[in-house]
Amino acid sequence: MGGCKMAYTLSINGQARQVDVPEDMPLLWVLRDELDMVGTKFGCGAGLCGACTVHLDGNAVRSCQTPVGAVGTARITTIEGIGQTAKGAAVQKAWIEVDAPQCGYCQAGQIMSATALLTSNPKPTRTQITEAMSGNLCRCASYHRIMEAIELAAKETAHAG
Amino acid sequence: MQAELSRRGFLRASALVGGGLLVDFSIPLEAAESGAVLNAFVAIDASGTITIAARNPEMGQGINNGLPMIVAEELDADWAQVRVEQADLDPTRYGPQGSGASMSTMMGYTPMREAGAVARDMLVRAAAARWGVAVDGITTSASVLYHKASGLSLPYAAVASEAARLTPAKSAEVRLKSPKDFSIIGTKRKGVDTPRIVKGEPLYSIDTRLPDMLHAVFVAPPSPGAVLRKVEDTQAKAMRGILAIIPIKGVQAKGTFASSVDSLTDGVAIVASNWWYAQAAKEKLVLEWDESAALGHGDQAYAARAKALLDAGGGKVAFKEGDAKAALAKAAKVISARYDYPFLAHNTMEPHNCTAQYRDGKLTFWAPAQQPENGRKLVAQCVGVAEADIVVHVTRIGGGFGRRLMSDFMAQAGAIAKALPPALSGRPVNVLHSRSDDITHDFFRPAGWHEFKAGIDDQGRMTAFTNHFISFGPAQDPQFFANMAPFHLPEGLLRDIEMTHSVFPTVMPLGAMRAPTSNAHAFVFQGFLDEVARAGGRSLPALILDLFTTDKVYGEADKAGETPRSFHTARARAVVQKVMAMSDWGKVPHRKGIGRGFAFYFCHRGYFAEVVEVGVKGKDVQVRKVWAAGDVGRQIVNPHAAEAQVRGSILDGLSQALDGAKITFENGRVAQSNFHDHPFGRIDRLPPVEIAFVPSDFPPGGLGEPALPPVIPALANALYDATGNRQRSLPFTL
Repeated sequence: MGGCKMAYTLSINGQARQVDVPEDMPLLWVLRDELDMVGTKFGCGAGLCGACTVHLDGNAVRSCQTPVGAVGTARITTIEGIGQTAKGAAVQKAWIEVDAPQCGYCQAGQIMSATALLTSNPKPTRTQITEAMSGNLCRCASYHRIMEAIELAAKETAHAG
Repeated sequence: MQAELSRRGFLRASALVGGGLLVDFSIPLEAAESGAVLNAFVAIDASGTITIAARNPEMGQGINNGLPMIVAEELDADWAQVRVEQADLDPTRYGPQGSGASMSTMMGYTPMREAGAVARDMLVRAAAARWGVAVDGITTSASVLYHKASGLSLPYAAVASEAARLTPAKSAEVRLKSPKDFSIIGTKRKGVDTPRIVKGEPLYSIDTRLPDMLHAVFVAPPSPGAVLRKVEDTQAKAMRGILAIIPIKGVQAKGTFASSVDSLTDGVAIVASNWWYAQAAKEKLVLEWDESAALGHGDQAYAARAKALLDAGGGKVAFKEGDAKAALAKAAKVISARYDYPFLAHNTMEPHNCTAQYRDGKLTFWAPAQQPENGRKLVAQCVGVAEADIVVHVTRIGGGFGRRLMSDFMAQAGAIAKALPPALSGRPVNVLHSRSDDITHDFFRPAGWHEFKAGIDDQGRMTAFTNHFISFGPAQDPQFFANMAPFHLPEGLLRDIEMTHSVFPTVMPLGAMRAPTSNAHAFVFQGFLDEVARAGGRSLPALILDLFTTDKVYGEADKAGETPRSFHTARARAVVQKVMAMSDWGKVPHRKGIGRGFAFYFCHRGYFAEVVEVGVKGKDVQVRKVWAAGDVGRQIVNPHAAEAQVRGSILDGLSQALDGAKITFENGRVAQSNFHDHPFGRIDRLPPVEIAFVPSDFPPGGLGEPALPPVIPALANALYDATGNRQRSLPFTL
């Protein structure tokens, strides 16, 4: 279970945040219980559901499987900050337009995965969307609208150049 | 839920409109924070924002859109100015506040209309007084009052304070709109919380953050009924971040909802500054449990016992008309089959959790409860605090599916908050279950076993039907949640029929899962009836339509103004015919490897007929398309949410059949622990779904559940059509 507490300076949504935690504490619990940033959700604790997805230097990772000691100087982006990026804002807008959520609990993770996808692949095919989003579980099965929202966001951002 | 959690202006609202429960009429004389309070559901502030209280818990079913839309319709509010606020638990003020059994729209439709209409009437009278004109000359539209004759107009906000001083009319005395004038009800409206959800704002119970809040794990019994004998916590206490380790003594509740199972069990609370510390310390806690209560209780032992009971035959008669045995003996052909389905867990995306604070003898909750009123009763019994001293703030719920009809998490949080040592006393505590604890300590959808026999004549028409149902119960009858709903085709519509049951006891906690009992029974009954139809060279819709040839109302008598509980053959016939037309049933030539199946089911006062088309290659099943026709009365409140419920139900059902989920256990210890071994469907299963609502002139029913049951047998019947292999056991195997 790792060693003693250590002071870490993390870059979260463009801000430097100090925490004093053991190196093996998953980033999820640093965000939720140390920093009270609760937009990132706990679902399975095992990297199976995608609810805790955040970005490290723009790449989607499962924060429940990412020890804080492994983050280093990587820029962390969470659902609270993703709207500051053009892609993230477009995805959130499309999500509202389509009204994707049902219970909504998984949607932060869905949006983080979708934004990472559109950043690396601005015009994904349905098959590519399915592959990229298959790690994100939605128990309400809002998949139809998630697909629609990603396609809408892709269209809007492609249009914007 | 970091926002101010008081009831704001609604604390001052004193008139309960609708539901026939009127309390006092002491109208507030000063404008509250939410503005002028017109009644329990409506407040209007100076800027024109209309706050509407949403009384039922929202768990994704869209009820916090639906009910406020109904209020706004009769209020003639501008929906763009409406803000929805989740009401705290106060059934005296708001009426029934549970979400479950697809009842919220059914129960709320008329009371919410009346609440809006009563508030509108107050605004009209206030404007009439201001202008010195008769109320008859005043019209309203989109939050504005008009007096056409004089050309005067005023926004609602301008007269809201005066309106709030008037005595509300009685609900029965206000005129409700003609549905042809609806401009909000029946239109697609987006989720009121969606803009906050996409930004990750704190909305859910698990997001509750209060000053000095503690985090806790509740180490629950490893098997049902286990008694805590010894706690060795030296090592666990020494783990970092651990603030307290508290043994909790279980209390058996009595007379509460499902009180045989919804109780406070023995357990140990690990309290920490960060949940992860508490979870890590759990591994170092050494507990001695007496697990004798669950010895011998395993899914395989149950299956063997059920088989022996089916082999023995007979059972207690639950329903009998005519002489099914004699009719079977005379039949041209007898078809017989056994069906079964497993235990299942709910797996809501938001794991079970609850926050409680105990101060000065009073408990305050921030709870994701489907039935907060039941939760409060349970807490009162198990924690020993009077109901009057318990406040429940209801949060948005990250999925319910029936799991949160039980309120065990409230009892746990309350007990822990009350038992905190002096150094921590008075601090709020959030108790959160890991996914593994969530699955293993569920209130499971029970397994069940059936043997069917049916006779057909030489025309392929069904002439006799029997069902022997093996389920769980302490004596002779199935217990709650393991029972059978009162009506199953062909009950009441066939001359010679007999339904029997045999039971044996279980220690496993049983509960309701979306479309409880129906989610399993639709599969077994409609799957078997498909066998009967095919044995006679016919199709299932044809066999079922035989039963509906005459208009008949079966079951308890309809009551005026209420959504009928009874089964109307005319309504059933209409949805069956509709889905046949939508899917070109019987007109599409058979293609190799492709199959179509049909099923019909009536539950939660809703009628659904569905057709599934599958493509099968080896063990690979592709659901190519699903058609669904449903009748839930004359009015769909929000077509957007309605479609989401039907789609969600369909994918939920397909997942139960195709993804392999089942709960297994030995000596009461559950083997599954996370989404890998109790899976649900992912985005790769996204069949086109075509939905049609078939309106009928009845008050609206609910829609959270009735679309789920028929999709499972429709899929089973499609797989048979494609492969010739009959699916008689859930989950399906190819």
